[in-house]
Amino acid sequence: MIAIGLLSLLGILVLFMGMITGRKGIIGATSFSILLALAGVFYEIRNPEALEAAYASAYMNGMMEMGTASGLFAAVILTCGLIIVPFAKAYERQEHAQLAEYCALMLWAMAGAVMMVTYRNLIMLFVGLEILSISVYILTGSDKRNVRSNEAALKYFLMGSFATGILLFGFALIYGSAGSFYLDQMAGPDLFSGQDIPVDLRMAGMVLVIIGLLFKVSAAPFHFWTPDVYEGAPTVFTAFMSTVVKTAGFAALLIFLEAFSTLFDHIFWFQILAVSTVLTLLIGNLLALVQSSFKRMLAYSGISHAGYMLIALLAFSADTVNNLLFYSLSYGLATATAFGVLILVGNRHQTEGLDPLRGLGKDEPLLAFILTVALASLGGIPLTAGFVGKLFIFSDALSNPAILAISVVAIIMSTVSVYYYFKVVAAMYMSDKVAPGRVQVSLGQQVALWGATAGTFALGLAPGILRLFL
Amino acid sequence: MEISYSLLLILLPLLSGVVTATSPANVAKSVARLSSLITFGIFVLMLQGFVADASWQYTYETPWIQDLGISFKLGLDGISLIPLLLTTLLVPIILNTIRLSDYGRPSVLLGLILMMQAGLATVFLARSAFLFYLGWEAALIPIFFISGMFGGELRQQVTLKFFIYTVAGSLLMLLALIYIFAHTTGPARDDFEVMAGVARSFDGTVQCWLFWGLFAAFAIKMPLFPFHTWQPDAYAVSPAPGTMMLSGIMLKMGVYGVLRWLLPLVPLGVAENKELVLLLSVIGIVYGSIIAVKQSDIKRIVAYSSFAHVGLMSAAMFSLTLSGLTGTLIQMLSHGVTVVGLFFVVEHVERSLGRREVGSLGGLTKDSAAFSIYFMVMLLGSVALPLTSGFVGEFMMLYGLSEYNLYLALFAGATVIFSAVYMLRMFQTVLLGQKLDTDASLRPLNLGENIALVSLCVLVFWIGIYPSPFLQLVEPAVEKLLAQAVAQ
Repeated sequence: MIAIGLLSLLGILVLFMGMITGRKGIIGATSFSILLALAGVFYEIRNPEALEAAYASAYMNGMMEMGTASGLFAAVILTCGLIIVPFAKAYERQEHAQLAEYCALMLWAMAGAVMMVTYRNLIMLFVGLEILSISVYILTGSDKRNVRSNEAALKYFLMGSFATGILLFGFALIYGSAGSFYLDQMAGPDLFSGQDIPVDLRMAGMVLVIIGLLFKVSAAPFHFWTPDVYEGAPTVFTAFMSTVVKTAGFAALLIFLEAFSTLFDHIFWFQILAVSTVLTLLIGNLLALVQSSFKRMLAYSGISHAGYMLIALLAFSADTVNNLLFYSLSYGLATATAFGVLILVGNRHQTEGLDPLRGLGKDEPLLAFILTVALASLGGIPLTAGFVGKLFIFSDALSNPAILAISVVAIIMSTVSVYYYFKVVAAMYMSDKVAPGRVQVSLGQQVALWGATAGTFALGLAPGILRLFL
Repeated sequence: MEISYSLLLILLPLLSGVVTATSPANVAKSVARLSSLITFGIFVLMLQGFVADASWQYTYETPWIQDLGISFKLGLDGISLIPLLLTTLLVPIILNTIRLSDYGRPSVLLGLILMMQAGLATVFLARSAFLFYLGWEAALIPIFFISGMFGGELRQQVTLKFFIYTVAGSLLMLLALIYIFAHTTGPARDDFEVMAGVARSFDGTVQCWLFWGLFAAFAIKMPLFPFHTWQPDAYAVSPAPGTMMLSGIMLKMGVYGVLRWLLPLVPLGVAENKELVLLLSVIGIVYGSIIAVKQSDIKRIVAYSSFAHVGLMSAAMFSLTLSGLTGTLIQMLSHGVTVVGLFFVVEHVERSLGRREVGSLGGLTKDSAAFSIYFMVMLLGSVALPLTSGFVGEFMMLYGLSEYNLYLALFAGATVIFSAVYMLRMFQTVLLGQKLDTDASLRPLNLGENIALVSLCVLVFWIGIYPSPFLQLVEPAVEKLLAQAVAQ
């Protein structure tokens, strides 16, 4: 829990720092805060005994728990944040931007996200989710003079509140039948009466919670907000949403489903998730195919990747945690990089579509290379992390006959995704039109981009290196 | 530490490819040629120590993704020997035919070719399923950029179409491989023998599905009718070195895939579907040949001729006879050599005169007699004249096919007749007759090009006159393969 404390406190410090220094040094301070939080996470993963002694087995009455899996999910979230923060640099030069506020909000959002991956009590899930969501609502609307940013924020806020309402309703039903918010007691008898009571109420509650979380990870058919919100929000915060929020949402969903795994035959929620998976894969990929705007395409691609992660959940085996972790990391690295490059080239060319990217291979070969690697990883091409992530998920899924058909759909949709990703690559390297203007890349941004690219290759070539972090 | 030759065949081109792509053109040229020659030298050394039995030799293994039990296993046997020989041999020749001044960023082109060589070597050396898949895709990425960055008109659309087509096939193959893999157990689960053992234990229905999954990838890569629609455009649009890599070596990935990863893995699926495949192959042969006759663009004539020839290879493979399979391996070599020579001829004409329509060319033999001789030799190899390389392969393939079904062999034999028609007509209209314009003439061949073409001509005759060294090397492996593919 060191991470949550650090993120919250340092967020406040960053906010006050903004009052003193203006926009200078904010990004450095934010990155440093995230690094500290990351160090805190690894300290906790590596020294469970020391912490147990200090806190007598659990924090806050066992409402949260930093296990290895939770810690690694938190690490993935913080890593994504670390890559994205340097791209807020453009705000340093903008008159109306409140950089310190944005950075503080990102830190707090990550604190919420870390709560979502460490909760052992539904209340904590709710608190974490709200801290995350409210911060992100504000960030979405941070471009105050832009109508689309306003529209996106309002849309996200309304839809998000609605989803939160559904989620909360689900919690209420579960509490009513289990008598507790603790995950350990989800599968047990009713604490009020002490008897085993019919599980119907808990099932109903579970469905509502699943729907609420599917909304957060933008899985179909609860994805309608995603393209508009992703497109309207300033690109830095779109990148933040599509990586941090999605990873946190999936981890929360996994922890939630695990708590109930002994209670029901897992067929019960399997069907709900199966329908959502197929819809997500089809809608995400097919609509990404017809987008002309790169940013909107990435939004739909974000939806489609939720589909692959749902397959990992459907398989629901001992490997699911690892598969989901690896996929979140590979997706996060690639998506953050792709958005990062878009932010950089978007600055030189204010149009939508692929125009800013045309001829990038000649103008800025290194940036083009970085984006190519990111897109190849998203498309699941070997040598990159994305391929290994898909390999993990599919080799788990294909040993389960029930998911065979869904896997076939997923593979076919992967082909579709290769098309829309490589259309961008083709535009960068194979079209003659060259957009004018050099691209300014700051040191922090270079470190972030090359770090993520190296990570993508390293995970693609030798996924075993992740063990070094344990 | 003992150095693994197999690993060197992959690492050397890969590393020199990266160096080449990032150095200035003149340095790049020397580095590329030198490294490709060293790679060939290493392969010759391997060839000398190669024992002609059906075992894996020059093996190298190390765990790769331990959590899944995926291993990194390389090895050479009689079947992978031939495509690997072709790869290591053709790459230096192709590099020699590249004139730096013809291309915008030549070092990138040279680097991409070497990286592609690394991918191809991985495919042919892989003894574990996911390494094979990795090489399969790793060979595709460079050619995507070669065609897309250095190609002709409409390159963006054509290259994307080609890319998506092949990726679609690869992903279906991946699905089949993962399905088999998910049913294996043990530490090195994706090893070829382990995978084959599990796949062969599936019942007929499952094997049929697996067959189509794997076949999709190989059929698109070769390509077989009706999966060929990407091919003529891709060959026509790609720059000459790209077309040579595509037709000379990459096409053999599909053939090799069938031999290594389809026939031994799913014999029941093969038995169930081979009539259909044979039919498609023969349709492809006749169809490709007829279109080749009708073409006026000489690059497309060679492209369709290649399509027809690969149809014959496929038919011979699926006849599941000893001479059919051996013939396919020999023809792999012969086809690679002649098609690279023919595409060089086409490229040379186009670079010199700026066009490649049959009606707009003529009398070029007056410009260069040597060029005409090279062209003639390649052409004869391609139309399978006795004593040239094409004859040995096509004879064995047709013989094998006739053992299976005489009528199929008769139709398949149309390749030979048709190819004589369109090839000789092409030779006649391009080289003989009146020169159409006097001011433009063929540019003189430089030393590198001469060396490349002389080597190709030597190979055409060597394989044609004295094929037995090659036959001896492959025979035990082919016999073993045949036993696996037929035995139940």
